[in-house]
Amino acid sequence: MKITLKVWRQKNDKDKGSLVTYQLDDISEDMSFLEMFDVLNNQLERKGEAPIAFDHDCREGICGACSMYINGKPHGPKQTTTCQLHMRSFKDGDTIVVEPWRAKAFPVIKDLVVDRSAFDRVISSGGYVSVNTGGIPDANEIPIPKKIADEAFDAATCIGCGACVAACKNASAMLFVSAKVSQLALLPQGKVEGKTRVENMVAQMDEEGFGACTNTGACSAECPKGISLENIARLNREYFGAKAKSDNQ
Amino acid sequence: MSWFTNAISSSLGRKLLMALTGLFLIVFLVVHLIGNFQLLHHDGGEAFNIYAKFMTSNPLIKTTSYLLYATFIIHIVWGIGLVMSNKKARPVGYNVTKGSTNSTWSSRNMGLLGTIIFIFLVIHLKNFWYEMHWGGIPTVAYAGESYNDLYTVTATAFSEWWIVAIYTVSMIALMFHLYHGFSSAFQTLGLNHPKYNPLIKGVGYGFAIIVPALFAVIPIIMFYQSI
Repeated sequence: MKITLKVWRQKNDKDKGSLVTYQLDDISEDMSFLEMFDVLNNQLERKGEAPIAFDHDCREGICGACSMYINGKPHGPKQTTTCQLHMRSFKDGDTIVVEPWRAKAFPVIKDLVVDRSAFDRVISSGGYVSVNTGGIPDANEIPIPKKIADEAFDAATCIGCGACVAACKNASAMLFVSAKVSQLALLPQGKVEGKTRVENMVAQMDEEGFGACTNTGACSAECPKGISLENIARLNREYFGAKAKSDNQ
Repeated sequence: MSWFTNAISSSLGRKLLMALTGLFLIVFLVVHLIGNFQLLHHDGGEAFNIYAKFMTSNPLIKTTSYLLYATFIIHIVWGIGLVMSNKKARPVGYNVTKGSTNSTWSSRNMGLLGTIIFIFLVIHLKNFWYEMHWGGIPTVAYAGESYNDLYTVTATAFSEWWIVAIYTVSMIALMFHLYHGFSSAFQTLGLNHPKYNPLIKGVGYGFAIIVPALFAVIPIIMFYQSI
């Protein structure tokens, strides 16, 4: 298939950047979107041009590295990661516009690569359990209802790709933070530090410069893991509950 | 109290204020609408004028009205603040966006809709609220007692087609604002449960359509009565 690509090229974080048009003639519809980029980069290198920098790692839809804003949607037309998007999702002769995630908290480093360490700093501020949980407990020693375990696991499927931030009109990280708060807040091991965790993670989220939530639902609709908006409601409950009851001044 | 100011000034806290004030304003809309029906009594405005005097003289209602003014101001000022800080969160925008594939138009345009409603509010307050409190409006007497004739002021205003047009357009903006705002407020308060979500959404959509429509229909009826 023939594809016209308009890709954001930006030399470094100081460069202004612009969309550059590339023509690709011999693209298989079985290629993943990233393989199509590999083909393009090979051609660019042969011509002595700088290849397009883009983030990728596992190419199995589980690492969340492949951040690309494709034709106005994070990870393109399908609710999946870019590596799991195939060229058969497009038509022969299509023009595809590829841009980096856009957020103050995610500055562009080069081309399509953005710095997502703001997410790491949010996690460092409380997204963990620091109590000693000891050795491996016997099965069912800590009774957790199946439904709660499922909800916690659903929240834990968040891969931190940042599609929620990219999709949100406010570049809000609420869905990410709510998933990371929920996966621990639902379980007994996580409840111990629950109040301080949510207070610190929200404070860090605000400090990073993410926007607030307008409840548009765009984040959840674009999330490759389908993280639910219920998590954001839980984040609100956890946060205001913590602010009202915790010992932190 | 630093924990309190800290909570209220966070991104979540600012949204909480929007939700709480929004819900209070939703309750106010119902009260206001019930009052407006006094305009349709075919009694030369007696019921409406008596009602208007009651609403501006009863001490309990006067106290509530100050709470209402504060609620409006908080909802507007915090709303503007949120829109501005949310814009700052994405200094460089996208060349191509497809918001319509993942969210409703009203949810993405609450600031714009709010601005239209705010402009309406200024016109509306000047037309009636200011006139009632400080304007020199004519008086009428019922059973020996003097009343401000707000009915005549209202009927005169709604005999102008362009005022009726402004009111109708503003109520459409309110419709879209409530279409998202009603259920969004519950989500911000953390009230999201599969059992109740359909109810919240259903009541929200119904409220968003019916209440502004009833508000808009009164000026339209009065316009047709005037011609």
